[in-house]
Amino acid sequence: MKELPPLVQIKGLRDGLLVSLGDADWEKLQAMLIAQIDERQAFFQGARLALDVGSQILHVTEMVNLRDVLSERNVSLWAVVSDSPTTVKTAQLLGLATRVSKPRPEESLRPAADAVEDETALWLRRTLRSGTRIEFPGHVVVVGDVNPGAEIIAEGSVLVWGRLRGVVHAGAGGNREATVCALELSPTQLRIAGEIALPSEKKGERPEKVYLGNGRLVVEPWQPVNLKSNR
Amino acid sequence: MGAQIVTITSGKGGVGKTTAVANLGIALAANGKKVVCVDGDIGLRNLDVVMGLENRIVYDIVDVIEGRCRLRQAMIRDRRLPGLFLIPAAQTRDKTAVSPSDMLRLGAELRSECDWILIDSPAGIERGFKNAITPADRVIVLTNPEVSAVRDADRVIGILEAEEKGSPSLIINRIDYDMVKNHDMLSAEDVLDLLAIDLIGIVPEDQTVLIAANRGTPIALDDKSRAGQAFRNIARRLTGEDVPFMDLDSQDGLWQRLSRLTGRK
Ligand SMILES: Nc1ncnc2c1ncn2[C@@H]1O[C@H](COP(=O)(O)OP(=O)(O)OP(=O)(O)O)[C@@H](O)[C@H]1O
Ligand SMILES: [Mg+2]
Repeated sequence: MKELPPLVQIKGLRDGLLVSLGDADWEKLQAMLIAQIDERQAFFQGARLALDVGSQILHVTEMVNLRDVLSERNVSLWAVVSDSPTTVKTAQLLGLATRVSKPRPEESLRPAADAVEDETALWLRRTLRSGTRIEFPGHVVVVGDVNPGAEIIAEGSVLVWGRLRGVVHAGAGGNREATVCALELSPTQLRIAGEIALPSEKKGERPEKVYLGNGRLVVEPWQPVNLKSNR
Repeated sequence: MGAQIVTITSGKGGVGKTTAVANLGIALAANGKKVVCVDGDIGLRNLDVVMGLENRIVYDIVDVIEGRCRLRQAMIRDRRLPGLFLIPAAQTRDKTAVSPSDMLRLGAELRSECDWILIDSPAGIERGFKNAITPADRVIVLTNPEVSAVRDADRVIGILEAEEKGSPSLIINRIDYDMVKNHDMLSAEDVLDLLAIDLIGIVPEDQTVLIAANRGTPIALDDKSRAGQAFRNIARRLTGEDVPFMDLDSQDGLWQRLSRLTGRK
């Protein structure tokens, strides 16, 4: 008889543990995970946990509950990886990471990901409210506001067709060509690659663009693309 | 119009949800509606105290859900207003005693008993919050004009939107116009500008709120109380009336600017 893959698989990551859950009823999976943790307390004590839930659909209450149950055991849930857009959105709303440093096994079969195609962007047509964390290995376009307490971490550029008041990190993988543009630029914090800009006191009143020039963050009016400089 | 279930929630605690539920319940009942206020804050009940009905509790919400009493036995009738009832929370149990599907069943049963069901939600985004919003036809988010309260309200609004509860309405509670004038407090406009949802009421900071709550006679019955007036106006707006926002002395043209922000006329 063929053996089914175990429902709770644990791997070490560079920055914590990755637990992959199989396909089963959520209540059952959560109970199995907790049983594992209770059985191996010393091992899990103080651990940072990333959870790969596959295509499991999780809503806010379920994820909040899981996070609470884990934190009671001194395990901190920092990331939830999933194929389900609903689950990813839930994790984003709760400010959890949605990607982990090591590629998931099935992803490593795909072509190398470092050549982020310049024409790929994540399109978000909503306001990002407080507590939301968006991570993306390419550009991010928000049609809506980015409120204080929301965070965008993009390997490419970030364009906000609205008010940018949260935290934004463009070129998060080290790409120094990345830019940040917004109709109203008043972020809590803005970073491009390794450089951090402190927020200016004035409220952004016209569209502005930030880029890295000579190792410093430069702010200038955001205007229709000049075809020659094509930055 | 059938019965409506309205849940009042917030991100941050202590912003005035319980005060709002008690006063809106009174204001609706004073207009001849039959209203049941439900305390959804299991384990930390206090709607009974604010409504002045603490000493009349025999059965609570968990007794109804677990079948130890009939629904009507747990509905405590107010002394002054014959159309006003309270279903108290259990003090000795925790929120896991009630599930969202229990709340749906309770809500369905209550609809045939009255015109309005107001649910007082606990703060936060845990189980008790989910319980309180599940049966709601309409959710009201209440906040104070204070950066951290607004931040948390924003977060709850994001979650309500993701849970497909529709866009909630907003009550801004405890506005102090002198402080706003001196730029020591966020203005209603600042709050609305950030949260960008439909505004249903602004309640001023009012000392009488605390005094009245301690006596168990909420200010919605007090003609002279400004906060009471604000709650009476919100109750009328809930029933679909178009009530102009109070003349907030200092703030010239506030209503025009608010209309622009909320897209109302
Ligand atoms: N408009 C107001 N003016 C002055 N005081 C107020 C006002 N609204 C509420 N308060 C006071 O604020 C305190 C907290 O109010 P309340 O208990 O209604 O908050 P809550 O949101 O239900 O709290 P919790 O999250 O703990 O359930 C009370 O002491 C109340 O009297
Ligand atoms: Mg309360």
